[in-house]
Amino acid sequence: MDNGQIEAWERDAAETRQAVFRARGVTKVYRMGQLEVHALRGVDLELYQGELVVLLGPSGSGKSTLLNILGGLDVPTDGHVWYVGHDLTEDDDAALTQFRRRHVGFVFQFYNLIPSLTAKENVALVTEIARNPMRPEDALEIVGLGHRMDHFPAQLSGGEQQRVAIARAIAKRPDVLLCDEPTGALDVETGIVVLEAIDRVNRELGTTTAVITHNAVISRMSDRVISLSNGHIHGVDVNTEKIAVRELVW
Amino acid sequence: MSSLDRKLVRNILQMKGQVIAICLVIACGIGAYVMALSTMESLRGTMERYYVRYRFATVFANMKRAPLSLSERMSSIPGVAQVYPRVVKDVTLDIEGFPDPAIGRLMSVPDFSKPPLNNLHLRSGRWMEAGHGSEVLVSEAFADAHHLKPGDTILAILNGRKKELTIVGTAITPEYIFEIREGDILPDEKRFGLFWMAYTDLASAFDMDGAFNNVVISSTHTASMPDIIRHLDDLIEPYGGLGAYAREDQISHQYLNNELHQLESMARVVPSIFLSVAAFLLNVVLSRLISTQREEIAALKALGYTGWEIGWHYIKLMALIVTAGTILGTMVGAWMGNGLTNLYLAFYRFPVLEFRFDAWVIVSALAISLVAGVIGTFAAVRQAVKLPPAEAMRPAAPADFKPSIMERLGLDALFSQTARIIIRNLERRPLKAGLSVLGISTAIAVMVVGGYMKDSINYSIDIQFARSQRQDVTVGFVEPLTTAAVYEVEHLPGVRRSEPFRSVPARLRSEHHSRRLAIQGVQPGGELFVPMNIDGKRIPVPDDGLLVSRVLAEILHVQPGDYIEAEVLEGRRPHLRILVSGVIDDFTGLCAYMNIDRVHELMQEQGDVSGAYLLVDQDQVPTLFRQLKNTPRVAGVMIKKAAVESFEDTIAKNLMTIQMFNAIFGTIIAFGVVYNSARVSLSERSRELATLRVMGFTRAEISIILLGELGVLVSLAIIPGLFMGYGFVWWSSLSMVETELFRIPLYVAPETYGRAVLTVVIAAVISGLAVRRRLDQLNLIAVLKTRD
Repeated sequence: MDNGQIEAWERDAAETRQAVFRARGVTKVYRMGQLEVHALRGVDLELYQGELVVLLGPSGSGKSTLLNILGGLDVPTDGHVWYVGHDLTEDDDAALTQFRRRHVGFVFQFYNLIPSLTAKENVALVTEIARNPMRPEDALEIVGLGHRMDHFPAQLSGGEQQRVAIARAIAKRPDVLLCDEPTGALDVETGIVVLEAIDRVNRELGTTTAVITHNAVISRMSDRVISLSNGHIHGVDVNTEKIAVRELVW
Repeated sequence: MSSLDRKLVRNILQMKGQVIAICLVIACGIGAYVMALSTMESLRGTMERYYVRYRFATVFANMKRAPLSLSERMSSIPGVAQVYPRVVKDVTLDIEGFPDPAIGRLMSVPDFSKPPLNNLHLRSGRWMEAGHGSEVLVSEAFADAHHLKPGDTILAILNGRKKELTIVGTAITPEYIFEIREGDILPDEKRFGLFWMAYTDLASAFDMDGAFNNVVISSTHTASMPDIIRHLDDLIEPYGGLGAYAREDQISHQYLNNELHQLESMARVVPSIFLSVAAFLLNVVLSRLISTQREEIAALKALGYTGWEIGWHYIKLMALIVTAGTILGTMVGAWMGNGLTNLYLAFYRFPVLEFRFDAWVIVSALAISLVAGVIGTFAAVRQAVKLPPAEAMRPAAPADFKPSIMERLGLDALFSQTARIIIRNLERRPLKAGLSVLGISTAIAVMVVGGYMKDSINYSIDIQFARSQRQDVTVGFVEPLTTAAVYEVEHLPGVRRSEPFRSVPARLRSEHHSRRLAIQGVQPGGELFVPMNIDGKRIPVPDDGLLVSRVLAEILHVQPGDYIEAEVLEGRRPHLRILVSGVIDDFTGLCAYMNIDRVHELMQEQGDVSGAYLLVDQDQVPTLFRQLKNTPRVAGVMIKKAAVESFEDTIAKNLMTIQMFNAIFGTIIAFGVVYNSARVSLSERSRELATLRVMGFTRAEISIILLGELGVLVSLAIIPGLFMGYGFVWWSSLSMVETELFRIPLYVAPETYGRAVLTVVIAAVISGLAVRRRLDQLNLIAVLKTRD
């Protein structure tokens, strides 16, 4: 796809679909002891309503930092991020917490479940503070874990744990679902099951979804692929031949 | 229950060992607080109600003999509300089946009414009837000690005549809640008893008709006590007045007040020690919990939980532990308070002493322990609240280690890798290591304090009753007698040696400071009574001038070389100026010794004596006692062995209980600190230790790293612990010195130090082994998989 096509597609998308996120000149510099690490160097991007985007890049390319900033977990050193016209970079910590609480669902590479709570209770953690949540049981049904609700994380396989994490993320009916290497710690087969769950949420609930991965294969299930390296976006591809998750092989 | 609360409950269950340890430490502190405070309130409330209901006097005075009409003049002293003149006489008793001579204090009560002041509470029997001549009420303590009941009779020598007294009832009085004779250090219920007799009967027995020799007075609220005492002294002066004194100097009241003071200081000191330790432990445990739950916290924040909600979650965890500890402590405290109150009943005689347990004690206990909890966990919770979620998603950076001071000093060659791990780890967090050491030191210190009371009392008994007072029996005469009486006493059966003493009641004054006491004239170089410092050093009685107790010197603001005024309250009542020639650091607070010959000179008398110290042949004791009981001029006999034994029977037993509780307290602290430190170290370092195991280290070797650190902490704690123990001992002795009644010397036996260290080391070893068991179960693969 050449640049002309992309522009055309983006114009088209902008007319028909609303941009959920818009980032301009986002820069992030970390201080690690004596070191200054430039994680992001002036990133511009849009995420549109209902699409499934893959942020693709090698380790250290800045994709996790970008995702954290979009999700209000972190703030950029410079630049702006708008969520449906609202500038997140103006928000203080409390406002960002409210933003996450109402709009964002997170899925992490290492699941980050609370080990002392069962699958259902982990999901309930979110439903208890959300405005219009689904029942934890229903969220677990969506990810195919209706029968494992009362198991503790330690009693679940990695794939199951990640699906609980997805259930936990979607139970609040978030506007956006942000997944950071959701299959990073999983084998292929389990990874497929998890991606299927994400895909299903995106399709059935229409949740805008961003998936971070360093695995290029996964980008084939997405609507668009944004490639990062060294803190820059070096390409945005519209996936015209989106394939079913089942058919992914890596 | 919300999911977060469920997490909380499960977290607590997961760390139950640590939680229990902290709960126990809190329970000890709160237990002591609740016990001391509720017992104090019970005692104080009961005492105050008793004083009011039974109209306990505020001013007291003794004299030789005054006409009843004098009491009218006393009534007109400004501030005096009521005057109650009495006849009070000490007599020798002869009790069937009890060989020792005992002293009975006979006190008059109005013939046809109840005493207007210092009223009696009848425990059994009935009031006596005037005119029967021999009916008496007896104090309950004495009746209990001798199993006396209404209808029994007892022989007493009244004014030289043997008389049979018929007991018609038993009673108690606010005047002698603690039944002890002025001048005695130890109470002895078997050898000192109170008797009440109708005025007419008592007065006629002592030829005191129309007269009195003791007065008790109540005052108005606005009265000036010093003014009343001055007026009263002026009035009784011509009648052989022995100096008026206020309720604060009344012996039973003094003992009660002293007890209340001690309970109050206990309610302050003990909980602060334990709750500080608890705060430290909460800090250690919660900091660790929060750092292991770093990623959980980050996830919760990512899910939209606010910092405050997460902070509140951990505060609730702390509050649950603290509340559990407080509830346990309150229950234990109420139980101990009830026990202590019952124990007091053996010493203090009240109409009823109910253990009262007010709600505000629980509320304040909870508030205090929550404050300690908040102080302990503030930093850790703040850390959780402030944790930036994006950063927390990443594993924590490796801890920042530096070569230890040993290595910087170039001593590194001396240390194995294992030793280096231990040293660097301790050095990396010096505050934490320091607080752990402090905690273990506290455990040792608490145990030292536990042993101190017993040690110092044993020591006092040894110095006072074995080395300083070497007599077996002290005989006191009703009135000063001539030297012939000494000769008589010397020839009583079984007396191997006797030394006379001359006791002169006087008011010592220096500027505006004054004290009423007896100047004790003793034989210089005497062998039966040797004035001695608290450290066992003999202090010879000076040829000239007074040898005064250090406490007395402090009260009067005098030092050797100064002169003091002495208003003698006996005989021709001379006002003298006497040189203070020495100070003695003795056990009893208010003593003034003088060469007996100088006393005679000052009194312008021919060798009068007030009594004698006797060394007796043990075989002849029964005969001697029989004879003494029948000697009218003998007012009192103090049998040293009996006094010490009765003391050991009662107080020493209680001290054992206190020591046992302190041992339990110390063990709990030691266990709490060591076990928690070990568990936290294990949790922080299981990954590191598992790695070492994977590399081929044996279980024993990795145990050394973990337990070696604890060993270092415990070793470092021993010396400071002993010093801290001595400091606590010093601290607690401060609250007792002011009593003037007696002093508890600062003495801790070496065994006590040894026992304290040993107990703490054993507690540490057991805690270490409990953790080591977990080390043996370390799952290498699982541990290495966890990211933290």
